[in-house]
This record gives sequence, structure tokens and C-alpha cells, in this order.
Amino acid sequence: MRLLDEYRDGAAAKRYAQAIARLVKRPWVIMEICGGQTHAILRFGIDQLLPQEITLIHGPGCPVCVTPAETIDKAVALAARPEVILCSFGDMWRVPGTQGDLFSAKARGGDVRMVYSPLDALDLARRHPERQVVFFAVGFETTAPVSALAVYRAAAEKVTNFSILAANVLVPPAMEAILNSPDCRVQGFLAAGHVCTVTGYESYESLVRRYRVPIVVTGFEPLDILQGIHMCLDMLEKGEPAVANQYSRSVSKSGNRAAQELVQKIFTVTDRHWRGIGLIPNSGLALSPAYADFDAEKRFALPEGPDAGRPGAGSAGAGSAGAGRPDSICRAGQVLQGLIKPDACPAFGSECTPENPLGAPMVSTEGACAAYYRYRRAKRNAGKDGPTA
Amino acid sequence: MCLALPGRIVEIGADRAGLFRTGKVDFDGLVKTVDLTCVPQAAVGDYVMVHAGLAISIVDEAEALSVFSYLKEVELAAGTEAEAEAEAEAEENAPS
Repeated sequence: MRLLDEYRDGAAAKRYAQAIARLVKRPWVIMEICGGQTHAILRFGIDQLLPQEITLIHGPGCPVCVTPAETIDKAVALAARPEVILCSFGDMWRVPGTQGDLFSAKARGGDVRMVYSPLDALDLARRHPERQVVFFAVGFETTAPVSALAVYRAAAEKVTNFSILAANVLVPPAMEAILNSPDCRVQGFLAAGHVCTVTGYESYESLVRRYRVPIVVTGFEPLDILQGIHMCLDMLEKGEPAVANQYSRSVSKSGNRAAQELVQKIFTVTDRHWRGIGLIPNSGLALSPAYADFDAEKRFALPEGPDAGRPGAGSAGAGSAGAGRPDSICRAGQVLQGLIKPDACPAFGSECTPENPLGAPMVSTEGACAAYYRYRRAKRNAGKDGPTA
Repeated sequence: MCLALPGRIVEIGADRAGLFRTGKVDFDGLVKTVDLTCVPQAAVGDYVMVHAGLAISIVDEAEALSVFSYLKEVELAAGTEAEAEAEAEAEENAPS
């Protein structure tokens, strides 16, 4: 595919690896924010191309992984209502809430449907005026515009049987939460290219000023990631942190204004709980008062959850290290904050697998644990069961 | 979840209500209807990045090559440096 394959060229990747090896003088820890980048790093073996001075740690950029169990419980409760068609991205289906997951809600007779876009959910509402269609709106800034557009269109076309369960989250407040952690090891960031395609990167400048960390807006293909690492190291070695843009073919400094206006019209910024991390102020999007009619929580009078702006109101599950089942040995919270690598968790690959996940990062196709499981199979088998190949 | 794929706009139309801008986008042979509301300046032939049915940017074709030009610059700088070091060494060792 054009504009994709050329960025996977192995010879150029090796040249980039050599350039990185020439540049690096000291050990550095760099965090890639987005789960899509984590998967590319493991899929293409980018971490293995890098000199040992460089440690890549994996950020919280997996919306599925950070959606609190209580929010999943709301989706499960909605799916149990006979009039509701609950629409969700496929990734969310097997993420455990405290009362089961969407998959089991469907097995119990709930009408749960996988959609590619919230616009498909809106279309379903048009075709089924006798039903209530709810879209489970998870995602970062990349996904917020299309969810906003679905609500905007529903309002314009007076589609009254459509609503959303708003669970969108924002990246910069999470980066700041990571930097504020006393255990923070991050010295530089690869910021998420598609988030910045929407938002631009002006908002990162204050993070660089206050925390003295370089931030490189980075794409998702192997050469993108290698260039992002080179640009980040260049600033680290020189001691000159700044915001740089590796992904200039898609990202401009001010971002996509039309998309930003749409998001501002439909949503308002709110405090939000992140699974495994806890409450992060101003890190989520809720429907603005003008579009409150499209809020599934209000329409169906769901009980207020951990996102109602009351710090500490969430159950232990939302902020606990496990972020899985209450009795779990799962350490998803530490994985999500980049404090440990997935294979440092005692449950990794044994009690916890994609078929039987304890924590959300093992469920999602973008979760760091799932990436380690998928692409490090040989190592895991060798450790647990002896060589199997 | 933040996956976005590049595709080429082959046709621009409107949705059935006529209020919003949609188009047909070719993803390496697979043509899908994509919402173009957030890229109002996009034209037929442009590549757009598409996320969950919505185009979120027009690919800047000139910038698409910057991954390669950056690498060349870095290598050139390293090569120049090596040459410069060799020259300096040669000068030091040369009989005065």
C-alpha cells in the first residue's frame, strides 16, 4: 500500500539503527505513548535493532486498557436492556468489568454489535427507529471527532433513538500524570501521531518547558519510529529538549481545526478515572450540556460512576495496581504507567493470556501485554515449557 | 485504536441528507465511503488518513519523503564528521 510499505524498508531501517548507534553516548529511557506504536516496535523487532543504552517503555496509549471496569459495567447494564442495541469497537468486547464483559452480555441475550465507526452505529439507529442504539464511545483525541460527528449528525437529522456512553480520554494530562509520578523513569516521549493529527502539538510545549523532556510527534511505521527515536536522542544528548514533529506528512502544529471545533461543540472536558492509574484531572470528554440528550447515562438514568468528578469515588478496581479482577496478581497498572515491562508480571503468559486475560492490556490488540505475548512467543515457551518449536 | 490508514480520494459526493461531505476513498483497491467533513479542502486525487470512517488529515506529499531526506542528512553529517576527523588526524601526524 502506498504511503505505508515504503516506511517498512528493511535496509533503511538498518541504516537508521546505525545512525542511532553513532548518536547515543549514554543510557536513555524513552516512552512511546501509543499502543499502535508499541505493537509496531514488537512486530518489527525495532527494540532489537537498538543499542543497549536505549530502553523503550510502553505508555498508556491504549483506550481499551484504561477504560475503568465501572464504565464497562455501564455498557453491560445497557446491553441487558431489551430495547437497546449496544454498539462497540470489537476491542472492548472481552475487557472485564466487575460484572463480566460485553461478550458474556451478548451470550446472555443482549444485543451487542461490533462496529467499525460510530457513524455505522448512527446508521443502525436510522434503520431501527423502534430500538435504542447506544455507541460505547471509547478512544483518544483521534477518535473523539468521529464520535462528535455522529452526535452532531444525530442532532441535525433528529435521530432521537441514538445516544453514546461517553468514555473518551485525553493524552496530555496522562503524560503529565506519568511525569509527576515519583517513580517516573521517562526521559523523552514519542507522542502519538494520530492524536496529534487532530490536536496539533502546541499543547506539548508547556510540558517540555516544565519537565525538560523532549517530545517527538511520531508515526506508526518502523522508519517513523526509528526517526522519532533518533530525533529524541539528538535532543537528549545535546540537552536541548523541545517539541519536534517526525510525522509531518500527517501532523501540522495547529492540527485539524475542523475536527477540534467539532469536538469542542459536542464535548466538554471532565475529570476521568483511568483503569490502573486512577483519577486524572481534566483527562476525559463528556457530552456538553447542549447535547446532553444524547448522553446514554442520562437517558437511561445509570448510576453515577467513578467519573462523576469525585476523587476517590471509584471502587478499588479503578485505581488498584491490578486493574483486573479484585483478587488478581495482575500488574496492569504498573505496565500502563511504564513502571514495569509486561513480562515482569508474575501472571504474564501463565495465569494471564489473551484467551484468559486478567488485565485489559492482555485483552486489547493494542495492549502492551498482548503485544509481548504475540511477538515473544518463542521466549515465553522456552521459559515456561521448554522449547516447543 | 488510533489506527489510521492512507487512502486516495477517487470521488467526492455528499451523504443522503446533503448536509455533510463524504467521498469514495481507494485503499489499495478496496474502495470505501469515507466522511470528509473534517478535511473541507480535500480534492479528488489527494491521499487522506482515515480513522474509523472519518478522514482526519490530507497527506502532505512533500513531507512524505522527509523520513528519507532526514536519514540522508544524518548520514551525510556523520560522513562529513568522519572525513573531518581523518583530515584533522592527518594534519596532526604530518611533518611540520
